[in-house]
Amino acid sequence: MSDLSLDAPIKVSAYDLEDLIEWDRRIREKVDEFGLDCFPQEFEICDHNQMLGYMAYNGMPSHYPHWSYGKAYEKLKTLYDHGVTGVPYEMVINSSPAIAYLMRDNTLLLQILTIAHVYGHNDFNKNNFTFKSTRAELTVETFKAHALRVRRYVEDPSIGMEKVERVLDAAHSLQFQCRRNLAIRKLSPEEQIERAVENAQPRSDPFQKIHARQQRVEPDLRKVPTEPDEDVLLFIRDHNPYLADWEKDLLTMVDEEAKFFIAMMETKIMNEGWATYWHKKILESLNLEQGLHLEFIVRHNQVARPIPGQLNPYHLGLRIWEDVYRRWSEPTAEEIKRDGAPTKPAREKLFEIREVERDASFLRRYLTEDLLRDMDIFQYEARGEDYVVSKVADDEGWREVKETLIKNVGTSSIPVIKVEDADFGQNRTLYLKHYHDGRDLHLEYAEKTIAYLQRLWAREVVIETTLEGKKSLLCCNDRGFSVRALK
Amino acid sequence: MATSETIFREYRPSDAERSDRSAGDRLRHRQKVRESIRENIADIIAEESIIGKDRDRVIKVPLRGIKEYRFVYGDNSGGASQGDGDSRPGQVVGKTGKEGPGKGDDMAGDRPGVDYYETDVTLEELIEIMFEDLELPNLERRALREIQSDYSTKRKGYRHVGIRVRLDKRRTAKQRVMRKLARDRRVNGNGAADGDLAEPAEPPAEDDAPGLSALQPDAGAGLRKRRFPFHHDDLRYKHIEVDTREESNAAVMCIMDTSGSMDTMKKYLARSFFFLLYQFIATRYRNVEIVFIAHHTEASEVTEEEFFHKGESGGTFISSGYVKALEIIHQRYHPSLWNVYAFHCSDGDNFDSDNPTALKAGEELAEICNLFGYGEIKPLGSRYYESSMLNVFRRIQAPNFHTVLIERKEDIWPSFKAFLAKDRIKE
Repeated sequence: MSDLSLDAPIKVSAYDLEDLIEWDRRIREKVDEFGLDCFPQEFEICDHNQMLGYMAYNGMPSHYPHWSYGKAYEKLKTLYDHGVTGVPYEMVINSSPAIAYLMRDNTLLLQILTIAHVYGHNDFNKNNFTFKSTRAELTVETFKAHALRVRRYVEDPSIGMEKVERVLDAAHSLQFQCRRNLAIRKLSPEEQIERAVENAQPRSDPFQKIHARQQRVEPDLRKVPTEPDEDVLLFIRDHNPYLADWEKDLLTMVDEEAKFFIAMMETKIMNEGWATYWHKKILESLNLEQGLHLEFIVRHNQVARPIPGQLNPYHLGLRIWEDVYRRWSEPTAEEIKRDGAPTKPAREKLFEIREVERDASFLRRYLTEDLLRDMDIFQYEARGEDYVVSKVADDEGWREVKETLIKNVGTSSIPVIKVEDADFGQNRTLYLKHYHDGRDLHLEYAEKTIAYLQRLWAREVVIETTLEGKKSLLCCNDRGFSVRALK
Repeated sequence: MATSETIFREYRPSDAERSDRSAGDRLRHRQKVRESIRENIADIIAEESIIGKDRDRVIKVPLRGIKEYRFVYGDNSGGASQGDGDSRPGQVVGKTGKEGPGKGDDMAGDRPGVDYYETDVTLEELIEIMFEDLELPNLERRALREIQSDYSTKRKGYRHVGIRVRLDKRRTAKQRVMRKLARDRRVNGNGAADGDLAEPAEPPAEDDAPGLSALQPDAGAGLRKRRFPFHHDDLRYKHIEVDTREESNAAVMCIMDTSGSMDTMKKYLARSFFFLLYQFIATRYRNVEIVFIAHHTEASEVTEEEFFHKGESGGTFISSGYVKALEIIHQRYHPSLWNVYAFHCSDGDNFDSDNPTALKAGEELAEICNLFGYGEIKPLGSRYYESSMLNVFRRIQAPNFHTVLIERKEDIWPSFKAFLAKDRIKE
């Protein structure tokens, strides 16, 4: 009799998809206005369970199966269920079109902020040099193809899950023992030999008469590899003749995925800072109504606030980007005296940096003494049971603090280990060298990881390293693990 | 960029339900956790004090198998992180062993975390996994089932709630009749026209009381009105209480040689045996007290911790442990009130001069205990050059005395079984 719309759908959230599309349009206007250069963008709206799933698989819409992702999921879920961590507002994967996930239950403002933030990442991923080597258009397809192949191996009665897992477990442990700067082209074995021969040639010396005769060292051209090789998995793939094709394929896949993630690891601070910088700029220019604006201020501060005892990449990155903008647009007299007047417009400078730097170089060049001090960044070290502040960013300490910081970002926190010789002692022992920079390897982890190396190499494996100031050799063969002192 | 449209993919609940993509990987992970527990079970039993504990107790199990190892830096590497604006050199900012204060990137280069790589397992589960490890789960179950007869059960009144098998159909039917009579009286007294005002006609749910629905003749639509179904309130269940007898108290004397020759492996084997023994006895008696006696040349009562972790040096007088046990039994667990079980683990390396005394004390123990056992622990290979008490104890004639030889982990279960077989013969 009456239309008291009791059974009309009750709106759970105060916005619907049309609102998001409208906000996206307004944000994209700003994106274009600011000159950001993005891949096409796709947003997928998901719930928190799906989000946890995406997180466990590093955001990939499809991924090959491995128990470690199950473990990651359980861990994330536990942390989430106990309220230790929330789920992120978004996840972006570096692909073209760029894919990002939006949480269904988020407030409208969070969606707006997220969308703006995502365009920041999108622009960064498209333009930063570290991402150039990953072919963004093929990302999703590549991961899908990997998943199909791994599933096929698992289902193959002559292989099966256990064997696949044996290889994957080992490969995952060595995944990031690969080249970090993919912009530097790797020479082929022939080119390496050429270079070795060339380097051995006596250089022309106009002052031969007064200099001592140059010693000619005959290059060992039979040694494999000619130059130390950082791509451990690929090296094993190419030099262990007993690996089956499917095993080689798995190694290739794991290496390929690592290289995809290396770009993200290498630019975490820049990338998050960049996206935060732009979501802030965009939202500030959108003339949000008061309610949204207040929420924006709260949310933005949650994301970009300093967290004592940690390094919040959003905060650190944002501070540096803002500082660069300020120094290039309105430098203080003192700065002009010290660094000279800015040579290009501030925004142009930002875009240039976004293209040519990665975290290590970004921090080295643009994290100033003043900023370090202002952010109260300190260096700590283990003393007995505790971690103790060892240096603060004062006049004497700041350089060291900065060095330590750089040593701990991105892939710099992974030890550099290179294959030096595949036929050490003429018995096919694999000889690797840890390029020690003052930080010792964690011995328990090294022991287990070297066992994985041996599993893939199937012969003795040794690693030269330094432990507590002494040159040591970690060995792993059929008889187990041992540590020997080296002269 | 301006040319291509942004694509929004809407949330579809059906996708969300289907998209449990991690299910398989999670299952595999859990399998690995279980495997890892199995592999580490020796360490867990050797490390944790679990013998006298409640079965629901949660035990933290370090998982060695499923850490994801990679090359990472160790403790000598410091890091950098942000302070609260007032950092001073020397200030403590975190604990080593836990994750460092520097927040690692999630993907790699993480400092080895400690906390997550433990899992909680209840003792019950652990026992289960352990019996799996011993690969004779069924035998153990049977032994446990037989024990139920030690409890007696007694009917004690009726209740409204209970399990299906205890439903008393007669009483239930009677309740319904009583309710119907009461209703009829009320209806007639009020002069109301028909049964519409009566109890809500709740059709008897088929699975609610099977067999009862047959009592309801389906007399067609005309009779429907007079249908008077069973109601939840009608149900009567027999109530049964477990009756425990006074003497269902037991005391277990765990006597162990802690002389210098008892190494970790031997202690592990001993501990496993004591663990099984305790679990077994705990299922049989309501109240089990456990006494740990450690001895070398002297004996003392100790806690479980000390029992398994205290190492003494020096020689062995087995008799001292037995005398101590006798003393404790006489003081606290008099055999007229308690069922006493005693078990002694040693590597059998006793001073010869003590043997006669030990023999005598052993005989005395066998006399007052329900069961007295001696387990000689000789890890493989050590048997031939050490003395053995097994020969000496052969002279004890008591039927409830039993000796076992444990050489390795796999022997524990058969020994344990043999030990109990003896017990069954006695009864």
